[in-house]
Amino acid sequence: MLRYTVRRLLQLVLVVVALSLLLFAWLRSLPGGPVSALLGERATPALRAQLTAELGLDQPIFVQYFKFLGRALSGDFGVSTGVQPGDSAMEIFLQRFPATLELSVLAILIAVAVGIPLGYLAARRRGGVLDNLSVVGSLIGVAVPVFFLAFVLKQVFAVELGWFPTTGRQEGGLDATRVTGFFVLDGLITREWDAAWDAVKHLILPAIALSSIPFSVIFRITRASVLDVLDEDFVRTAESKGLTTPVIRRRHVLRNAMLPVVTTIGLQTGALLAGAVLTEKVFAFPGIGQALAIGFERRDYPVLLLLILCAAGVFVLVNLAVDLSYAVIDPRIRSGSGGGR
Amino acid sequence: MALLEVRDLKVEFRRRGEEPVRAVDGVSFDVQPGQTVGLVGESGCGKSVTALTIMGLLPKRGPHVSGSARFDATELLSLSDRQMRDRRGRDLGMVFQDPLSSLNPVVPIGLQVTEVLERHRGMSRRQATVEAADLLDKVGIPDPRRRLDEYPHQLSGGMRQRALIAIALACRPRLLIADEPTTALDVTIQAQILALLANLVRDTETALIMITHDLGVVAGLCDEVNVLYAGRVVERAKRHDLFAIPRHPYTHGLLSSIPRLDAPRGDRLSPITGSVADNIPWTTGCAFAPRCPNALDVCVEVTPEMTDDVGVPDNRSLRCHNPVERAKRDGEALV
Amino acid sequence: MTARTDKIDKLAQHTARSDAGVSLAAAAWRRLRRNPVFLLGAAIVVAFVVLALLAPLLAPHDPAEPMLGDQVVRARNEIPPSQPGHPLGGDQVGRDLLSRLLVGAQQTLLVGVLATLIGLAGGLVLGTLAGALSGWVDTVVMRVVDVMLSIPGLLLAVSIGSLFAQPNQYTVILAVAIVQIPVFARLLRGSMLAQRHSDHVLAARALGVRERAIVFRHMLPNSLGPVIVQATLVLAIAIIEAAGLSFLGLGNPDDRLPEWGQMLGQAQNVIDSHPELAFWPAGCIVVVALGFTLVGESLREALDPKSRR
Repeated sequence: MLRYTVRRLLQLVLVVVALSLLLFAWLRSLPGGPVSALLGERATPALRAQLTAELGLDQPIFVQYFKFLGRALSGDFGVSTGVQPGDSAMEIFLQRFPATLELSVLAILIAVAVGIPLGYLAARRRGGVLDNLSVVGSLIGVAVPVFFLAFVLKQVFAVELGWFPTTGRQEGGLDATRVTGFFVLDGLITREWDAAWDAVKHLILPAIALSSIPFSVIFRITRASVLDVLDEDFVRTAESKGLTTPVIRRRHVLRNAMLPVVTTIGLQTGALLAGAVLTEKVFAFPGIGQALAIGFERRDYPVLLLLILCAAGVFVLVNLAVDLSYAVIDPRIRSGSGGGR
Repeated sequence: MALLEVRDLKVEFRRRGEEPVRAVDGVSFDVQPGQTVGLVGESGCGKSVTALTIMGLLPKRGPHVSGSARFDATELLSLSDRQMRDRRGRDLGMVFQDPLSSLNPVVPIGLQVTEVLERHRGMSRRQATVEAADLLDKVGIPDPRRRLDEYPHQLSGGMRQRALIAIALACRPRLLIADEPTTALDVTIQAQILALLANLVRDTETALIMITHDLGVVAGLCDEVNVLYAGRVVERAKRHDLFAIPRHPYTHGLLSSIPRLDAPRGDRLSPITGSVADNIPWTTGCAFAPRCPNALDVCVEVTPEMTDDVGVPDNRSLRCHNPVERAKRDGEALV
Repeated sequence: MTARTDKIDKLAQHTARSDAGVSLAAAAWRRLRRNPVFLLGAAIVVAFVVLALLAPLLAPHDPAEPMLGDQVVRARNEIPPSQPGHPLGGDQVGRDLLSRLLVGAQQTLLVGVLATLIGLAGGLVLGTLAGALSGWVDTVVMRVVDVMLSIPGLLLAVSIGSLFAQPNQYTVILAVAIVQIPVFARLLRGSMLAQRHSDHVLAARALGVRERAIVFRHMLPNSLGPVIVQATLVLAIAIIEAAGLSFLGLGNPDDRLPEWGQMLGQAQNVIDSHPELAFWPAGCIVVVALGFTLVGESLREALDPKSRR
């Protein structure tokens, strides 16, 4: 188990190094080169010359790369030129990350809480009305562009019905106390219940829009996996012992069927930021996704660089967590003998 | 009275848009308490479906079952799912072909044994664990206490099958069904597992239905043998009689296609030609007729019935218009 | 010939299982033909492709000509309503919406097909290299693929899109396509590795078949099933991602030949007052993406040997 963890961590380092190379190459290939990328097109020639020297762009390429790496490691990704001009990229990240994390956690919770039970039920009643309806629903869920779904939800439930706020994270007038940067958590800690509830209300619609794709995928993987497991010999063995249906479901079917589902949850969580870019833009939700959307529009490369790196970092970390939890669920991986399934 | 009486059991699989497939087509046989009965035939002859039907393990949708299977005077086929669940594992045990896939890969061996004890014998987890170690010891698994915490992939193939036998016998069922229990194992292990089964059922006076395509298994284990072809029993005899004087041309063919070490040099094996796919339906005659060297015109016109065989002295039954003559086999008895 | 053998032959023919000896592809096709999900998806796809190909003939007006421009009143946020000759009215600059949707089908098909083909080609090359050569080639290729896969798809597409100073239709296609290359590569390598240890490849190697022949004649053809399924699904993904790119302002700015994603992206500015400008292209995208997804998913099910129970 320890050796496995160490090996996975080493792989992680490799991926991050390769990623930094890729991002470095990306920054160097941007239209106008890195100076324009960092300063914007309208910078004065003097400023350009200064930065060129500062960045050491006259030096050999690998020296430049290591300097880039050094700055990145110390958390210095430069100053925002478009999203919140003047703020450092790191500040913007730290300020917005809790918002996106709240949103993503809620979205994944919705996707898991609906997708897994529905997938299980659909598999048990294969070919039934519930099965067919939810399969078609999940296929439509993938086919609808996320930002369009977000827009429809906003129009219907926020604009027309007025059940939810249309934009933002929290009403400004509430004057809520900030502790952690997680608005829901802050409200709970400080017992400002109205502030917490208001933050939740702001989260619901974007979270539903964001959960559409993870829900569809988790639902279908659960369904397929349960169908596979129901066909396994050991389920027949469990039946031949006369075990009760709840025991067979819990201990024999679900435990095995969850293996691919856990992987899927990890993959979907890691990919959530792509959907967040679109959803946060529609709801003007001040998170990482919105910063990315604005950053691409205004070509704010210092912010983009940091946020893309973080997106990939989160993805890799989530998948590491998945692999480790996999080893906990599946004894075959834990003991290192016999491959995965 | 017989422990198990199967009468005219028929199982038909129907799928929308396809011709129904009749896997079992009127099988009848008895199992006496403590007796070991063989069901022998090629794959596709309906022997496994027969076993699954008796156990109530057929899929809920698809198969259509008729006939009767009475266990201890109770009609199994009309029991509710819940009543059947109470009997499975307690009165009826089953051992399957592939021990690796038949054990849950993510649950320790111990729990897979104790769960059946908790279910049917009302034991606590602690009592069940003690009993499980005892059971593993009985089926010849060394160091059973340590094995309880191990997972199926950590055991060898033979050990896994022993564990499955321990599970099936945990509640001392009166009938054990073993469906090709040695097919997936190495030859040396096969013999060990068969010996283990033979000893266990003798010691515990458990009746055993042995399902196999391997006449060698039958020869070593069974009191009585039912030979199945295309979903029907075609010959039933005591083990020694069957091997000494196979009467049905199919049984005869099965025996002749076994290679023998003591056969004279130059002797050729005589395999049965064709495959089970070359059947004709039993309703139009004898299903084996297309492959039968003894076939007559009557064989494709009149369905042969299961009758007491008058051509030989012992008590045996046969479904054939033109059985293999006794004289033909004289001097070349196989066992 | 006796009457008996005749009768046996006849009966045997009658009762022989109809799928005996049928190849995997033929069996898959037999299942597909009866699958209503596949039939619905295929109907959508066929209708879409026919409309797209015939669009220039079917479109009643020039999609680039703002012939209803005089009805657009920016100050009051007015756009041309439905009227004789223009059943869907006009867009925000007065061009005929129906004609734009029809021509849009063609451009959308172009984006989907080109992006899929480029992604497929790139993935085939990388995946075959990794799967066939193994060793350090495999390691390097797969590390690159892993890194690309660690950036969420749309984000990667947008990053690639931002490399071009002047976005146009082909930069959009390229951005969407490159994101799919690692997906295809991984898929192909995975199934080729599975092939590498399969009995028929071992048998071919034991017979002394040359490595190149083993790769191209045995491993590659047998690995294509999942790749084809994925390509069908990518057709849908590419269309949706192109729309996402447009929504984020990195789409093709030249809208004389419209594309649905682009129409949807541009409609966001007037979406509050005229949601129908978004609903039409969005509806088209949903239906077509659903069509491709239905075909892909039912193909996957049909090709899966396990589903033949």
